[in-house]
Amino acid sequence: MKKIIILFIALVGFTVVSMAEIPERPSPQRLVNDFANVLDKEQVNQMEGALTQFAKQTSTQIIVVTVSDLDGYDKADYAQRLGEKWGVGQKGNDNGLVILLKPKTQNSRGEVYVATGYGLEGVLPDAIVNNAVVDNEMIPRFKQNDYFGGLAAGINVIMDIAGGEYTADNYQEKVSAGSGGGGSIVGLIFFILIFVFLGRGRKRRFYSPGSSLPFWLAMGMMSGGGRSSGSYGNFSSGSGSFGGGGFGGFGGGSFGGGGAGGSW
Amino acid sequence: MKRYRVLLMAAVVAVLFSSCGYNTMVEKDEQVTASWAQVENVYQRRADLIPNLVNTVKGYAAHEKETLTGVIEARSKATSVTIDPTNMNPQMMQQFNQAQEGLSSALSKLMVVVEKYPDLKANQGFLDLQAQLEGTENRIAVERRKFNETTQGYNSYIRKFPRVIYAGWFGFEKKTYFEAQQGADKAPEVQF
Repeated sequence: MKKIIILFIALVGFTVVSMAEIPERPSPQRLVNDFANVLDKEQVNQMEGALTQFAKQTSTQIIVVTVSDLDGYDKADYAQRLGEKWGVGQKGNDNGLVILLKPKTQNSRGEVYVATGYGLEGVLPDAIVNNAVVDNEMIPRFKQNDYFGGLAAGINVIMDIAGGEYTADNYQEKVSAGSGGGGSIVGLIFFILIFVFLGRGRKRRFYSPGSSLPFWLAMGMMSGGGRSSGSYGNFSSGSGSFGGGGFGGFGGGSFGGGGAGGSW
Repeated sequence: MKRYRVLLMAAVVAVLFSSCGYNTMVEKDEQVTASWAQVENVYQRRADLIPNLVNTVKGYAAHEKETLTGVIEARSKATSVTIDPTNMNPQMMQQFNQAQEGLSSALSKLMVVVEKYPDLKANQGFLDLQAQLEGTENRIAVERRKFNETTQGYNSYIRKFPRVIYAGWFGFEKKTYFEAQQGADKAPEVQF
């Protein structure tokens, strides 16, 4: 009898230990997951809208996750595991990015970490993330409890830098390689634009604020039509209604521990 | 008639090989090799950062010669130990681990010393290097974990019935895990 009791206790003990798990992928899939409730509903919608738009046009998936507790993980570890578990970004390109935020509380520091997928490590090296995104944009605003402002400003910079690295177009090409056809003049123009932009992107490694017209914006204009009401990049446009998974769902991207973070 | 028999045998062997999991064993074996390459890759990345780091620190803290030399020596030791992933054994693994650990501790000593130099800590170049170094340490942790996961997948595959019987015939042997750092489970001692 004693043995059984010991066994039981041991089993229960193990379950308690393994409780500290990274959250499951949300269903329906969302890009903004405010588990810590630091954003209001409108802010969530606005951010989700902007990120969805970006994911659709560039295939690069940026997700925002706020948690009230890191469950004993290091913030870098948590962000990497979460990105890997959810499969943020496209398989093969690994162009996912996780922004993890743990708000400051009375007895714990605020923590933020931006984890880059393997495929974004080139365009967003750790030092750039650390300097241009986390230290310059996010932390000063987080210190004033402006969580939305900090996240939005950081996301803007990330979009500006990473906007040209992958495009929905060349991703499609990669995926459906071999299924040739439909070589329209529009496609040709896109192709030239991609090359022009890639050439420019190389030189523009170091982020300078207020640079030229972002690529996805130009693409948005080219593909024409209704989206002319301001760029979503600066969160000024009103949000529409966004159903879950409007960005097409997570693609199974992989993370290798790149990125940077800070605390305040 | 004889030729048919040979053909039939070949067909049977082919079916046996693919159904007994031989191909999967090869695949998993290759995965372990690839993830080991990735581990060495991130360690190499760290080693590549060090000359830059040492030079930057030297500019501000030239008389910390001992610490700086310690880092350089540990680096050359760490880069001299490499492992052939197709022929890994626990001793080699331990050697590799020790060399890399030596570099880790030399680096952490350097980072403690750096605290004394506020000018250096305000230097943008140094901050960038620090961010890169931190990122590299994260990458090392991730790749080590991924290596252990693929190794676990491989080991448990070849050790399951019925493959455990014949995996050895083809030279598939249990592979070594990347052990946690020695003493990492003990809390560090704080001295005042």
